[in-house]
Amino acid sequence: MLAAGIDIGSTGTKAVLFDGEVRGVSVVPTGWDPKGAGLSALRQALDCAGVPESALNCIVGTGYGRVSLPIFDRKVTEITCHARGAYHLFPDTGTLLDIGGQDCKVISLDAHGGVVDFVMNDKCAAGTGRFLQVMAGVLEVTLEEMGLLAVGAEPAPISSMCTVFAESEIVGLLAQGVAKGSIAAGIFEAISRRMQGLAGKVRISSTVTFSGGVALNPQICRVIGAGLGVEMRVPAAPQFVGALGAALIGFEGDAAC
Amino acid sequence: MLAGETAAAGKAAAYEEIATLRERNALALKEAKESGVKVVGTYCLYSPTELIVAAGAVPVSLCGTSQNPIAAAEKVLPRSLCPLIKSSYGFALTDTCPFFHFSDLLLAETTCDGKKKMYELLGELKPLHLMQLPQIQDEAALDYWMVELKRLVARLQEEFGVEITAEGLTSAINLVNEERRSLKALQDVCKLRPAPISGSDLLAVLHNRGFCIDKRQAIELLDRLTAELVERAESGVSPFHERTPRVLLTGVPVGLGSDKVVRLVEESGGCVVCFESCGGYKKVDPVEVTGDPLRAIAEKYLRIPCSCMSPNQGRLQLLDTLVREFQVDGVIDLTWQGCHTYNVESYQVKTHLQREDQIPFLQIETDYSESDTEQLKVRIEAFLEMIGRRRKMPENALP
Ligand code: SF4
Ligand code: SF4
Repeated sequence: MLAAGIDIGSTGTKAVLFDGEVRGVSVVPTGWDPKGAGLSALRQALDCAGVPESALNCIVGTGYGRVSLPIFDRKVTEITCHARGAYHLFPDTGTLLDIGGQDCKVISLDAHGGVVDFVMNDKCAAGTGRFLQVMAGVLEVTLEEMGLLAVGAEPAPISSMCTVFAESEIVGLLAQGVAKGSIAAGIFEAISRRMQGLAGKVRISSTVTFSGGVALNPQICRVIGAGLGVEMRVPAAPQFVGALGAALIGFEGDAAC
Repeated sequence: MLAGETAAAGKAAAYEEIATLRERNALALKEAKESGVKVVGTYCLYSPTELIVAAGAVPVSLCGTSQNPIAAAEKVLPRSLCPLIKSSYGFALTDTCPFFHFSDLLLAETTCDGKKKMYELLGELKPLHLMQLPQIQDEAALDYWMVELKRLVARLQEEFGVEITAEGLTSAINLVNEERRSLKALQDVCKLRPAPISGSDLLAVLHNRGFCIDKRQAIELLDRLTAELVERAESGVSPFHERTPRVLLTGVPVGLGSDKVVRLVEESGGCVVCFESCGGYKKVDPVEVTGDPLRAIAEKYLRIPCSCMSPNQGRLQLLDTLVREFQVDGVIDLTWQGCHTYNVESYQVKTHLQREDQIPFLQIETDYSESDTEQLKVRIEAFLEMIGRRRKMPENALP
């Protein structure tokens, strides 16, 4: 049984092949063509595993672009998939935080990796990967550099979570001569507050897993973890958790979800 | 598949008739007006219909459920206000609702702050009678509310040159109770598994029957539809499967035009089997037929479990009953953006339902626009996946 999970997110499209263990992975930018991104991610993952497409038994799609590909045997929301993926990596996950390109979610899991409750951001991009990217752009640094700058810095007060307003707030701080490190730390604090607000609406367990591309940044993980008062566990490849979950759901057939 | 075939079998005959009520009754209303009938437009469940009926006038619901007039309303009202208030006011401002147009008098109550202040502006467009609604449901409030009902009686008598008698009141109570009985019977068909009518269709019926100016005709139509649906259920006809997740919708009023959440639930493979909201089950609680009729009316209306009441224990009790009776798998609490009472109360509803009924819960905050449809889909589909999984798990495996 070989299953593929394809997570077509707003920024990146990820594919995972699973047959009892992970056989191949790939990531491509989604760009303006979610359908093409889905197909090329699948092709690359097949190449990476060195198997022909005909070997696939099941393809499960997730992420916002899941509606655009006709090749999927099943479509499952990213909420269910992330939970499934996180449960596989850390079976004692009670709460999952996921920060993606355009959204952030807090998911509460039962002992079997099933979703029991979740909250998601509304229309605005506050606290998402997109927000961070825009802010890094204003500071003229990469996300990684922003993380390094923030280490040990006194966070500058950033009150606005709206991408547009926060941007002008930061421009103002830069004009006042506030150090970039302080501003970066302030931005992370703001994200952390936002996650605390979301997390307040579901039960938070002591075992919190953090998924999504933003989790690659250790400084952000530390700040959010400190804000929530929990120890965060980050998988080695947090951006693949959704695609992995989709592949697992396909691998296990109907019984899993 | 049985369900697939049966959906193609079309809708109940009475349904088609009800679907066109709004248009037909706009004309009927015009004719009635020409023959001297008086019309009272209402906006809220707290409007005592019996008094309007006893005054020989026709009550019509003007509660706005359409996105169309909102832009016009925003020229006057703040953009961040609840869409229901903006829509209601927009219809009045643009004079695009025939039922508003033909109303001789508007009846309003001091419910939430937004509505209350909007009514002050509305009163500049048409004669409006405002009832000061208490916010607590105790004896003192009831006495106060009685005074308000008497003030309404006086206004109606004066406005329409009629006398509201005890007999008139009693027969109005009987008529409106009969209407409630038929509304309840119709909604109760969804207690059957699977429900013989979709939530979208049920909502269309509940919405449209409000435009029937002849209550007896509406009752007869509803009863006919109920009988047809029961028959369908008996012969296994349903748009759903036995295992379609059953959802109860609670929260703010919904109607045609503001039904996107109902649509999304059903497009995503669930079914809405019960509406706890104003146009649905909140409406079916009857007036007592013993004792002083005016007092009985006052009691009935004051006990409406709206979030404008503080505290609002009644809503939690009603929800417990409905969750059980309709065997629902999950509850969706719909709140409009800018509706503080329902938005704040959502937390209590969630905590209560998860504790007392152990039932999955999802709050959705939105407005009448389609701008967040994609995000709502993710939430709703994930919620249905969550329910579906829960139903497949053996009982003892649940936390
Ligand atoms: S929700 Fe409350 S205020 Fe709004 S119509 Fe219903 S009873 Fe009236
Ligand atoms: S939905 Fe809320 S804000 Fe809107 S009219 Fe009803 S109670 Fe008021």
